[in-house]
Amino acid sequence: MKLAYWMYAGPAHIGTLRIASSFKNVHAIMHAPLGDDYFNVMRSMLERERDYTPVTTSVVDRHVLARGSQEKVVDNITRKDAEEHPDLIVLTPTCTSSILQEDLQNFVERAQLEAKGDVMLADVNHYRVNELQAADRTLQQIVQFYIAKARKQGNLVTEKTEKPSVNIFGMTTLGFHNNHDATELKRLMSDLGIEVNAIVPAGASVHELKSLPRAWFNLVPYRETGLMAAEYLQQEFNMPYVDITPMGIVETARCIRKIQQVLNAQGANVDYESFIDQQTRFVSQAAWFSRSIDCQNLTGKKAVVFGDNTHAAALTKILSREMGIHVLLAGTYCKYDEAWFREQVSEYCDDVLVSDDNGQIADAIARLEPAAIFGTQMERHVGKRLDIPCGVIAAPIHIQNFPVGYKPFVGYEGSNQIVDLIYNSFTLGMEDHLLEIFGGHDTKEVITKSVSADSDLNWSKDGLAELNRIPGFVRGKVKRNTEKFARDRNITQITAEVLYAAKEAVGA
Amino acid sequence: MTLADAQPQALNFECETGNYHTFCPISCVAWLYQKIEDSFFLVIGTKTCGYFLQNAMGVMIFAEPRYAMAELEEGDISAQLNDYNELKRLCEQIKRDRNPSVIVFIGTCTTEIIKMDLEGLAPKLESEIGIPIVVARANGLDYAFTQGEDTVLAAMAQRCPTQAPTAEADKEERNAIQKLMNFGRKQEDVKREESEYVDHPPLVMFGSVPDPIVTQLSLELKHQGIKVSGWLPAKRYTELPVIEEGYYVSGVNPFLSRTATTLMRRRKTKLIGSPFPIGPDGTRAWVEKICSVFNIEPKGLEEREAKIWQSVEDYLQLIRGKSVFFMGDNLLEISLARFLIRCGMTCHEIGIPYMDKRYQAAELDFLVKTCQEMGVPVPTIVEKPDNYNQLQRIHELKPDLVITGMAHANPLEARGISTKWSVEFTFAQIHGFGNTRDILELVTRPLRRNGALKDLGWEKLVEEARV
Repeated sequence: MKLAYWMYAGPAHIGTLRIASSFKNVHAIMHAPLGDDYFNVMRSMLERERDYTPVTTSVVDRHVLARGSQEKVVDNITRKDAEEHPDLIVLTPTCTSSILQEDLQNFVERAQLEAKGDVMLADVNHYRVNELQAADRTLQQIVQFYIAKARKQGNLVTEKTEKPSVNIFGMTTLGFHNNHDATELKRLMSDLGIEVNAIVPAGASVHELKSLPRAWFNLVPYRETGLMAAEYLQQEFNMPYVDITPMGIVETARCIRKIQQVLNAQGANVDYESFIDQQTRFVSQAAWFSRSIDCQNLTGKKAVVFGDNTHAAALTKILSREMGIHVLLAGTYCKYDEAWFREQVSEYCDDVLVSDDNGQIADAIARLEPAAIFGTQMERHVGKRLDIPCGVIAAPIHIQNFPVGYKPFVGYEGSNQIVDLIYNSFTLGMEDHLLEIFGGHDTKEVITKSVSADSDLNWSKDGLAELNRIPGFVRGKVKRNTEKFARDRNITQITAEVLYAAKEAVGA
Repeated sequence: MTLADAQPQALNFECETGNYHTFCPISCVAWLYQKIEDSFFLVIGTKTCGYFLQNAMGVMIFAEPRYAMAELEEGDISAQLNDYNELKRLCEQIKRDRNPSVIVFIGTCTTEIIKMDLEGLAPKLESEIGIPIVVARANGLDYAFTQGEDTVLAAMAQRCPTQAPTAEADKEERNAIQKLMNFGRKQEDVKREESEYVDHPPLVMFGSVPDPIVTQLSLELKHQGIKVSGWLPAKRYTELPVIEEGYYVSGVNPFLSRTATTLMRRRKTKLIGSPFPIGPDGTRAWVEKICSVFNIEPKGLEEREAKIWQSVEDYLQLIRGKSVFFMGDNLLEISLARFLIRCGMTCHEIGIPYMDKRYQAAELDFLVKTCQEMGVPVPTIVEKPDNYNQLQRIHELKPDLVITGMAHANPLEARGISTKWSVEFTFAQIHGFGNTRDILELVTRPLRRNGALKDLGWEKLVEEARV
C-alpha cells in the first residue's frame, strides 16, 4: 500500500481508451464498475469534443461479482455492434477485471461470432503498466491485428509509394498539444516533399492500417507512444523508423537529417541541408532569438524541468543548448524508461530526478529555488505556492492546455511557441521581483473602497460569522445590501437572520 | 368534481439496463472532507480511483486536501502483504502529519472484490492508534455518486453519542457560576431564548450541506418555534449530535435512505417523511410536515412562498412552458423535477440511478400533486437508465433543456440541444427559500445563453449524418 495524493500517469485502461477513441469508428467497452467511465468526461471537457465519446461500460455490479459476467459482456459487445456499426470494438480490462480474472478473451471470441465488426481484447495489465505504456501496447496490438487480418485476406499492401512517404505514429486524443503537432508535422513533411501515408491513431480508420507498409519509413515523434508499433513494423517489413523528437531547432534539424539518411538509403537522393539552414536562420525565430539581447539576459538563469520523457528531455536541451539557461534539475515520471531519459539529458543539467512522487519534486524545487519551472500542472501549483513562474510543458494538464489557437510544440513553428513560453515565464518572474524591490506599481496608500466607512450599524457575532462565510468577491456587495436593508427598516443590530432576510429581499 | 378527476394519475416507474454515466460514490470525500473539518478520508483503492478523484475534483487537489489514496499494489491484491500492517503504517503516517479527529476509510470496488475486512480491522486499529476509524463502503459496485455520502453518514450515525452527560454537567456548573456573577441576569436571557421555541421532542437533521444552508434551514424552523438540536454531520467530528431513542430525525437530501434506515433501526429514532427543502414549494412542504408532526400551526409560510415566487418571476418567464429531460445521475432528480414543474415546465422523463419509494414517498406524492395542480402529465421515472436509449428519446423529443452529466453535455450542445451539467446541482446551494434564485440561475443559464447568441445561425455544429 502506498499513500498517494496525486499521480502523474493514469491507470492502464486510460491509455487503451485514448488509443481506441483516437481512431475513427472504433468503440471501446470497459469491463468496469459504475463510475469508471470518467474518461468520457475528461475527453468531453478537455478536448471540447463534439461527438459522443465512443466508450461504454459493461457494468460490473454485485450480480457480476456473485455469478460472473456470463452473457453480459458478450451482449454488450453485440448490442454496440448492432447500434453503431463500429469497425472495431476493443474490450478494455480495468483494475476490477484484473482481479476478477474472468476469461475476457473467451467473451471476445464468442462475441466475434455474432458481431459484424472486429472484436479484440486489449492486452494490458492494470498492475504492471501505466497509461502511457498501455497506450503504446494497445496501438501496437491494433496495428498487428489489422496487418495479420490483411495478410490472411491477402489484401496487404506492401509495395512502396512512388514518392517518399511516411507514417506518423503516436498522435492521440488527450495528448499534450497532439492535434497541433500533427498539423505541424504534416506541414513539415510537405515542405520536405514527403507524402503522409497515414497518421495513427488520431483520425485514422482501421482500414488504412493494411496500407501502412507502403510508406518508406515511420516517424515516432513521442517517446511514450508509437515506438512499439514502429518496432513491430520494422521486424515485419524491415521498415526503418525515425524516433528523434523534432522539438527545438537543433533536434528538428537532427530529425530531418535522420529522415534524409533513411530516404537516401532507399534511393531517394534528397538533400535537406539548405532547407534546414533557411528555416533555422530566417523562417523560424528561435535561432535569432537565441542571439538577441533578450535572450542574453537569460544567460545563466536557473530552471528546473519536469514532465514526461519526450517533453522534459526536449525542453532541457532547448534551455541549456539553445538559450544558455542553467538547468539545475531535469526530471521525469516515466520511471519505466529511466535509462533513456538519463542518457538524453545528463550532459545538459546538473542533476537528474526520476520519480512519480509529487512531494519529492516539490521539495527539490523549494530547495533549489529556480527562477522558473517547466513542468506539469502540478509543478505550476508548486510554483504558485513558492512564487516561482511555471511554463506547462507536459501532461497531466488542465483545460487551458488544450488551446483553440494553433500552438504546436514540434517543428519550426513549435520552436517559436516554445520561445514565447520560456521567455514569458522568465520575464514575468523578473518583473515580479522588481516590483517587490520597489514596493509595487503604485506606492501610495490605497483609499478604502467601502461605501459605508464608519457605519452606525452593529454586526452581531453570528451575523459577522455568517458574513465571513460569503465568498470574498461578493462580500462587500452583500454587506452593503444588508446594511441598506437594515437601515430602511430601522434595524440596528445585524444578525445572521437579518443578513438572510436582506438576501431574500433583493433576490440575490 | 367527478370521481375520475379525483383519482390521482399514478406515477409510471420503469427500469432500464443501468448503462448510464455517473460519478463514482467515492467522490463524496471531496465535499465531506470540507464539511467535517477535523476529518481525514482515506480511500483504499487503486490508481483508477485516484485518477478519478484527481480529475473529477479538479483544482481542489492542490489545496493540500485532507484525503488521500491508500493505493493497493499487486502485493496487496495477492495477499503477500498484510492488510492490517499496511493500513496501520499509513494511519500512523496520517496521524503524524495531520492529527485528525477521525479517519474515514472509504472502501472501494477492489476492497469488496478481495474481501478486505475493513469493518473488522477498524476497531483494532482504532484502539491501537487512538483515533476513531469510521468505515464506509462507497463503491461503484453498489452505489452511484451522492449515495457515497449516504454510506458515510450511515456509518457516522452509529458514532453519534447517545447522551452527553459530562458536557451537560459541565454546563450546569458554569451556569451556576454565571448565575452568581450576573445575579440572575443571564438566566433571564437564557429563558427568553428558550421561550422562542415550542416545547417539542428533540429534532436532529441529517445530510451534509454547506454551513450557510445549515443556518438558513435552522432559522426557518426557528420561525415556527422548532429547535434543531443537532445536525449529522456537524462541522467537526467531535461535535456529532446526541441521538437518543425517540428523537425525531429529518433528511434534507433525497439520497440519504441508508442513513434514514440506520437512524430508525439502529438508533430507534422517528423519521419525519417529507418532501425535501429544495425550491420554495419543497421548503414550505418540508416545514409544514415537521410542524404537523409537532402539532404546530405553521405561520406565514404561504406569504413567504408567494413572495419568493414573485421575486423570481423574471426567471420563471424564461422557462414557463419549456420542457426538461433528466438523464439521471445524482438522485436529486425527483425534487428538482417537482420544483421545475411548479415553475411551469413540463417534464417527460426523470432518469434516476436508484429510487427508494419509501424514503422519497412524500416527495413522490408531492410530485404527482404538483403535476395535477399545474395541469401537466406525470413524468415517467426511469430507474437505472440506459444512456444510449435516452439519447434516442432525446433526439426524438427535442426537449428545451437536458440535465445531464458532462460526458453527454458537449455532444448534445453540438447537436443543438441545450444542456445543464447536473453535477452543479450537487455543489451549488439549492436548499431553502433563499436559494430559489440560485437553482433558477443554473437552470436558465443555457436558455439565457441561447437568447444572447440567437440569430447567429450556428446551433448545430455537427453534420446531420452524425446525429
